[in-house]
Amino acid sequence: MSLVHEIDYGTPASLSEKMVTLTIDGSEVTVPEGTSLMRAAMEAGIQVPKLCATDMVDAFGSCRLCLIEIEGRNGTPASCTTPAMEGLVVHTQTKRLKDIRKGVMELYISDHPLDCLTCAANGDCELQDMAGAVGLRDVRYGYEGDNHVFAKNEGVSNDRWMPKDESNPYFTYDPAKCIVCSRCVRACEEVQGTFALTIEGRGFSSRVSPGMHEHFLDSECVSCGACVQACPTATLTEKSVIQIGQPEHSKVTTCAYCGVGCSFKAEMRGEEVVRMVPYKDGKANRGHSCVKGRFAYGYSTHKDRILNPMVREKITDPWREVSWEEAYKHVANEFRRIQYQYGRNSVGGITSSRCTNEETFLVQKLIRAGFGNNNVDTCARVCHSPTGYGLKTTFGTSAGTQDFDSVEHTDVVMVIGANPTDGHPVFASRLKKRLRKGAKLIVVDPRRIDLVRSPHISAAQHLQLRPGTNVAVVTSLAHVIVTEGLFDEKFIRERCDWEEFQDWASFVSSPEHSPEAIEELTGVNPQTLREAARLFATGGNGAIYYGLGVTEHSQGSTTVMAIANLAMATGNIGRKGVGVNPLRGQNNVQGSCDMGSFPHELPGYRHVSDESTRDIFDKLWGVKIQDEPGLRIPNMLDAAVDGTFKGIYIQGEDILQSDPDTKHVAAGLEAMECVVVHDLFLNETANYAHVFLPGSTFLEKDGTFTNAERRINRVRKVMSPLNGYADWEVTQNLAKAMGLNWNYTHPSQVMDEIALTTPSFAGVTYDLLEKEGSVQWPCNEKAPLGTPIMHINGFARGKGKFIRTEYVATDERTGPRFPLLLTTGRILSQYNVGAQTRRTDNVMWHEEDRLEIHAHDAENRGIRDGDWVKINSRSGETTLRALITDRVSPGVVYTTFHHPTTQANVITTDFSDWATNCPEYKVTAVQVGASNGPSDWQVQYDEQARQSRRIKVLDAAE
Amino acid sequence: MDSESHKSTATKLVYMANQIATFFHSQPKDEAAAAVADHINHFWEPRMRQQFFDILEQQNNGLDALVVEAAKQIRKPGPVPV
Ligand code: SF4
Ligand code: SF4
Ligand code: SF4
Ligand code: FES
Repeated sequence: MSLVHEIDYGTPASLSEKMVTLTIDGSEVTVPEGTSLMRAAMEAGIQVPKLCATDMVDAFGSCRLCLIEIEGRNGTPASCTTPAMEGLVVHTQTKRLKDIRKGVMELYISDHPLDCLTCAANGDCELQDMAGAVGLRDVRYGYEGDNHVFAKNEGVSNDRWMPKDESNPYFTYDPAKCIVCSRCVRACEEVQGTFALTIEGRGFSSRVSPGMHEHFLDSECVSCGACVQACPTATLTEKSVIQIGQPEHSKVTTCAYCGVGCSFKAEMRGEEVVRMVPYKDGKANRGHSCVKGRFAYGYSTHKDRILNPMVREKITDPWREVSWEEAYKHVANEFRRIQYQYGRNSVGGITSSRCTNEETFLVQKLIRAGFGNNNVDTCARVCHSPTGYGLKTTFGTSAGTQDFDSVEHTDVVMVIGANPTDGHPVFASRLKKRLRKGAKLIVVDPRRIDLVRSPHISAAQHLQLRPGTNVAVVTSLAHVIVTEGLFDEKFIRERCDWEEFQDWASFVSSPEHSPEAIEELTGVNPQTLREAARLFATGGNGAIYYGLGVTEHSQGSTTVMAIANLAMATGNIGRKGVGVNPLRGQNNVQGSCDMGSFPHELPGYRHVSDESTRDIFDKLWGVKIQDEPGLRIPNMLDAAVDGTFKGIYIQGEDILQSDPDTKHVAAGLEAMECVVVHDLFLNETANYAHVFLPGSTFLEKDGTFTNAERRINRVRKVMSPLNGYADWEVTQNLAKAMGLNWNYTHPSQVMDEIALTTPSFAGVTYDLLEKEGSVQWPCNEKAPLGTPIMHINGFARGKGKFIRTEYVATDERTGPRFPLLLTTGRILSQYNVGAQTRRTDNVMWHEEDRLEIHAHDAENRGIRDGDWVKINSRSGETTLRALITDRVSPGVVYTTFHHPTTQANVITTDFSDWATNCPEYKVTAVQVGASNGPSDWQVQYDEQARQSRRIKVLDAAE
Repeated sequence: MDSESHKSTATKLVYMANQIATFFHSQPKDEAAAAVADHINHFWEPRMRQQFFDILEQQNNGLDALVVEAAKQIRKPGPVPV
């Protein structure tokens, strides 16, 4: 095993299609016009010495190490800033160049500590490499003069010296080692787009500084690590490297946090992760990452992880550790008993959108073939099920239409109900890069998300609508486009059903959908809305990105259809730079949906009533799959309360914390006779479990995840599972205990079965993924290398379907008792219910969930910033601390849901999307008032949770 | 306490069916009833449909007229295989 090496070409690739040919050190090389001489040389295999250039950022030309000579030109230009041109003859190594380079290096080294042997970057330092490369043998200048290296010069304190900044939990900044190459500053600006770093001072006195001479932790820095990766020296270094040392081998794998699906090199020493480095060939992230993927992997070895299976008779008993065999036997016996007693359909299961495709496929197979019913659902139910329904109805397939690269070709971006800088940070960085280059931005969101105004970006329009009025606003955008004649008739005639379009056009044109008519309802200024519509329809390539702020409503599916209508009407489908792009929450939401996790659909989105599809699986599995849809999660809980649903196997989800109306979830779980939780930690759901099966992390298994752009990425095992088994093995052993004859020895065999049974995956194999890195489904005979952009020559369903989207107010209304609207979201450093991120140093950025409230509403209630407040709804009550802000409008309050003690879902109601039952998280009518501390429910719950987590210690006598 | 959690499954089913009908009310008239039935056939598990038919027989069941019309086309659940 060795390290995966990536070539640093020194400057970014040129996108030009025109090629030029030149000669470098006697070899001819052909490159796209606009390529730097440095990059051209590297393409020819010649490495020009360099310090301030790296291919993640634009060249700056400050170190003067990369000089070259060009025949027929005077001087020694920098190769990183000089473009290649037809016919140039370039020399990279002459006597003159060698002398200059030595001189440059001598100066650098004379202001740099010489503690290489004990330096954390030893072996991975470009300054060290360059000293070697230019043949530096001695340094004529001593340290007596001005320097940044020593705290004291001859007993007197040195003003130039600065202490280390260790405030960030994951990396250190040691100014003594800085060579002021500004790579970090450019990485923060160009790659991340945060602009947190500057070069302070001038000339010899200059130094890197976060913000206005702040500590990293107190600055704007979001800890993405791009600067650490860019730094050629040990100045910015991962603390893990300082502690452990340099890695010795690495494997490429995929982040297990969000739907962007960033590729990383897991750099290892033995079975210990030294650091995670974003992989430049990763097609989703192109070498970038966020704080979660790069740094927040410590949960995998956290002491709270449960490593042995446990069983108990009653949920009030303490847990009893048992052998794996005993646990499997117990579950198999219980499920068989329950089915015998209450019928075949009295049990079911939930697949995880955090587990691999292979694992998800096996769980649904266990349920359909082993339990013999279709009671399988996934937590994607509570996030993106409306996307599935809405896009399938309009386009014919439920997937997002583009790849992430597409954003580089977009002219107008509309972001609806999503907060990319927090929820999908790496995509946000790519989006911001495009916006800084001139693309226009329209934001539709009740809250002023960061994107609306951030460094060098300002949204052209922000439609700050009242929560719950998406359909009215999007339909009104269509109203303007149709009534002002801005639709793309040619596209519509060619690709869509013209009659359906006309029906729809007359529907949206009616005056009650005009921006003026809906203003009172939505709170959106009609002029702003009109301008946004015009901009989107006429501004060039228009792309829509949306998130849970669209789906998690009682009209979630309707909004998705309204979005699809808008894209079709403006001709923004079927090429680069356009499209409808759902931003998925968890890493494998897309994959878990693809793999047949819904109770009505077999893998590949084929309805269970379809006989020919059932037939494929019936034959292969030797069973008879039921032709009726199974229960969805909320229906399972209802049935449990009614007494007809008694046993459940939950892999890698925490429904008690993530699903709405906690009390109802708790009542459902309590009514069951066998709840099996398969997870890393004793999560909240496990408080109601009878069997706990320890899970494994993404670092401990092989498999694939499918990200929001349908990209199938490999997950590679870099350490042995601490609990002994990868999750797919646990599911297989459970299946065996229930009498199924499964014999998979590697997840690649599961993928082969998926490919064999599912047309859109027909071409996918681990060999192909090994070769290509990743592919986007559909991947089959027609598209052997996958499909970056969908619906290119026509829609999957044939003609695109326009659907009328009537606004219907949610029944969750404000009134005298509950005058405010609560909406929910997430923040960058935490992930979902926080089970993983709360077990890492990411808590330094988010210790608790806070309630954002407008100063006006706060004042009326006598609430000051930081006060404990009580928030209640029709469902329940909880307490948390207030944060006064103008990000939300008066009448709207906002919170995140990352911490179990907050119990935000105690207040959310059971209203849900009409088509899919996706819960209405984004609108709850509430009242807020002063409070003295935790609510009764919180106290009671804490006590119950504490009791429930007890593990019985076996004493020696037994 | 009159909390959401204590709504009965039957109440919820009526609510859900009416929500579906509300959407299809705005769609072209000739397809609306068939579309409601189709939706319920596609997504409702047999015991939910059984409960639905039980509700349908009650007086003042609270079901939207479109749902009642659609009921003719909603599939009667068969016996659960053992
Ligand atoms: S970690 Fe990221 S945000 Fe922070 S300074 Fe470095 S590049 Fe900028
Ligand atoms: S911190 Fe590193 S990357 Fe930034 S200027 Fe100093 S040496 Fe260069
Ligand atoms: S959490 Fe998302 S954006 Fe961050 S590294 Fe992981 S996949 Fe990338
Ligand atoms: S690498 Fe070209 S000037 Fe520094």
